[in-house]
Amino acid sequence: MNIKDILTAPEDEKLFLLGNEAAVRGALESGVSVASTYPGTPSSEIGDIFSKIAKDAGIYFEFSTNEKVALELAAAASASGLRTFTFMKHVGVNVASDSLMSVVYSGVNGGMIILSADDPSIFSSQNEQDNRHYARLANIPMLEPSNPQEVKDLIKFGYEVSEEYQIPILMRTTTRISHMRGIVEVNSLDKEERMGFFHKDPKRFVPVPEVALVNHRKLVEKIGKLQEKVDNSPLNKVFGDKTELGVITSGSAFNYVMDVVGEGDLPVKVLKLTFTYPFPEETVLKFIQSVDKVLVVEEVDPVMEKDVLAVLGKNGIIKKVHGKLDGTLPLIYEFNPEIVRNGINKVLGNGLGVELKKGEEKETIPLPKRPPTLCPGCPHRAIYYAVKKSIGDLNLKDVIFPTDIGCYTLGIEAPYEAGDYLLSMGSSIGTGCGFSKATKQKVVSFIGDSTFFHAGIPPLINAVHNKDNFTVVILDNRTTAMTGGQPHPGLPRDGMGDPAPEISIEEIVKAAGAGFIETTNPLNLKKSEEVFRRALQYPGVSVVISKYPCMLIKIRGKKKKFIVEIKENCDNCMVCLEDLSCPAIYLAEDGSINIDAQLCNNCSMCIQACPEKAIGVKKK
Amino acid sequence: MKTYNIYICGVGGQGIIKTSIVMGEAAMKMGNPVVMSEIHGMAQRGGVVSTELKIGHSRSPLIGYGEADLILAFEPLEALRSIDKIGEGGCVVTNTAPIMPFNINTSKNPYPRMDFILKELESRSSKLYALNALDIAKEAGHILSLNMVMLGGAAAVPDFPVDKTSIQESMKDNLPAKSLEINYKAFNRGFDIVNSK
Repeated sequence: MNIKDILTAPEDEKLFLLGNEAAVRGALESGVSVASTYPGTPSSEIGDIFSKIAKDAGIYFEFSTNEKVALELAAAASASGLRTFTFMKHVGVNVASDSLMSVVYSGVNGGMIILSADDPSIFSSQNEQDNRHYARLANIPMLEPSNPQEVKDLIKFGYEVSEEYQIPILMRTTTRISHMRGIVEVNSLDKEERMGFFHKDPKRFVPVPEVALVNHRKLVEKIGKLQEKVDNSPLNKVFGDKTELGVITSGSAFNYVMDVVGEGDLPVKVLKLTFTYPFPEETVLKFIQSVDKVLVVEEVDPVMEKDVLAVLGKNGIIKKVHGKLDGTLPLIYEFNPEIVRNGINKVLGNGLGVELKKGEEKETIPLPKRPPTLCPGCPHRAIYYAVKKSIGDLNLKDVIFPTDIGCYTLGIEAPYEAGDYLLSMGSSIGTGCGFSKATKQKVVSFIGDSTFFHAGIPPLINAVHNKDNFTVVILDNRTTAMTGGQPHPGLPRDGMGDPAPEISIEEIVKAAGAGFIETTNPLNLKKSEEVFRRALQYPGVSVVISKYPCMLIKIRGKKKKFIVEIKENCDNCMVCLEDLSCPAIYLAEDGSINIDAQLCNNCSMCIQACPEKAIGVKKK
Repeated sequence: MKTYNIYICGVGGQGIIKTSIVMGEAAMKMGNPVVMSEIHGMAQRGGVVSTELKIGHSRSPLIGYGEADLILAFEPLEALRSIDKIGEGGCVVTNTAPIMPFNINTSKNPYPRMDFILKELESRSSKLYALNALDIAKEAGHILSLNMVMLGGAAAVPDFPVDKTSIQESMKDNLPAKSLEINYKAFNRGFDIVNSK
């Protein structure tokens, strides 16, 4: 399949799509006009695809500065009557949440879908928060697909509901849905190009207290009407007719339940909830009354389980509910068929004569781990090496390294160990302020270019204004690398590939009033060390911008210029291997140090770092 | 109905996801139901990458311990790491060219000896096919065709539910036209080697 097929595939064609790809197709079939995001795993591919096809599709797409801006852009476009799609990883919703709360109050005109891609088991995040809580917090209707086909179909359905009730819709996927590939039968596209018009209505769109008071009442009324809709929705569906055990489930967990129930022909009836907020109370009540025992299977928090308990309490029914709260299922991490099988086993017990197969992990051989690492030639490695060396030269002790979100977070590993504290996007600078105030220790904060634009500017202003004393290193590798290389405001092109004004990080730092600003090429070791020695001794906020493109982008489609080799005068001091720790440098079985020419990306850091000058370019 | 479960593993950058897509799409075009799980993101920076592919009627793409019909390993250590996934009668196709973890020099556990890895894989599976896919890829014309060597190997495994011509068709749909010749060569070499064992 070619990416363009997502745009061009005719009606009824079957495509083998990722959940994220299906989301794009669903939006295009629904006549979406504006799409926006800030990239984040596991949602990133949605933006990558829009960025490639938005122009041909005749829609507007952007990588916004952060998720809050992305949501605000979509909110305004929806208020102007257009259908909008904004998507982000689960923690991105935290960033957007301030405006999310308000847009639910004032509502929308054109359909608005917000997709939250949750990450149970934390494949690539800082937590595994369950964003189904946001549906409850914001009072926003929620849809939970179980596979790529449903992702696509529910987007279309979501727009219809959004416009009928003038309310945005929150769709929750998880990593196993966003990154699940399955067969998707597509429908026809809605290719009409639309222009929005904003009809002023400040009594609705400007939530001063008197307006917000009215809006909240209206919101509760909308949710009341939606309550009837969810309880009559064919999306919430019963599978099977056995009565011993009723399982209530949603999302990925539904797939595991069905596979386990199918393999054992178990006496289980399943209620799949897809339109999950407002919680379909009548549907659930009817289901519970039709079975002997109840088990709720959901990822991650016991959200529906508590709702089920509330339904029972409200109706004065005494019935045991199994799930996470009674320990039948774990309270953390994603599920799999194994975990679900164990849970069902516990509830059914052996009394039913059901023998479920059980796989086991036989892990007995101790194997070396293979953690992810900075790529060969990565400019982040160079900068960590220079910073550590300068700190050593100045004999500074107990230096604190607040870090941030990006590839450079990998700097927490030895030998760099340059990551001591991290909360969220942009937190390296805000927490730098805290460490600077709370301790006499030297503080060096690391933040990436895209992260700086996203959430690093307000804390930098805070640091200067409040007379803090620490060093900020902005790792400008000219891309949003960790999520696959998306553009950001510091680049001369936008999310659709058009030329765009390049926002200078240096000028922003200047405007923020930092007293020390230097830009350095990280692959020039001597110069970088010299800059850092001065920055570290500067009394106040010193900012070093380390500017060099991500190696993955730099080398794309290019031949290597030279081969780097270890020369005869190598005395095995191990500086290259142990202090620089580039994946291209390895210790051979005979004890000699070697460089893997295939992996080497010609950054020449090892040549500069070698104290014996025993690494050099191979003569042709 | 029993599904055919393929666990594909290796190291970030080896073309594992692309291979899985070629395979899955071929299965779909033959009229099979198919689901697949991929892991993107941080793991790709030199870390372990795996995909799980189920051909047949299954809603979930995850393969549990003892459930894989085929482990297709692009790297021998990763074959060993995933061997608990192998089910009764399951086969292993592994590349024998190792990629050292970057921190192997300071690792508590050394990289196992190749003869140990192969012996272990052999004893745990019903049939082991080991081939140096790196060398074969180089011979075919480009080391990046390593993934197609492995795909060819998989296609030659008895009972593999996707036929060779469907896969080749799918390669055409998914790979750049200019590298297709090298990739076909790599695929066929992988196929022939496993087919002859």
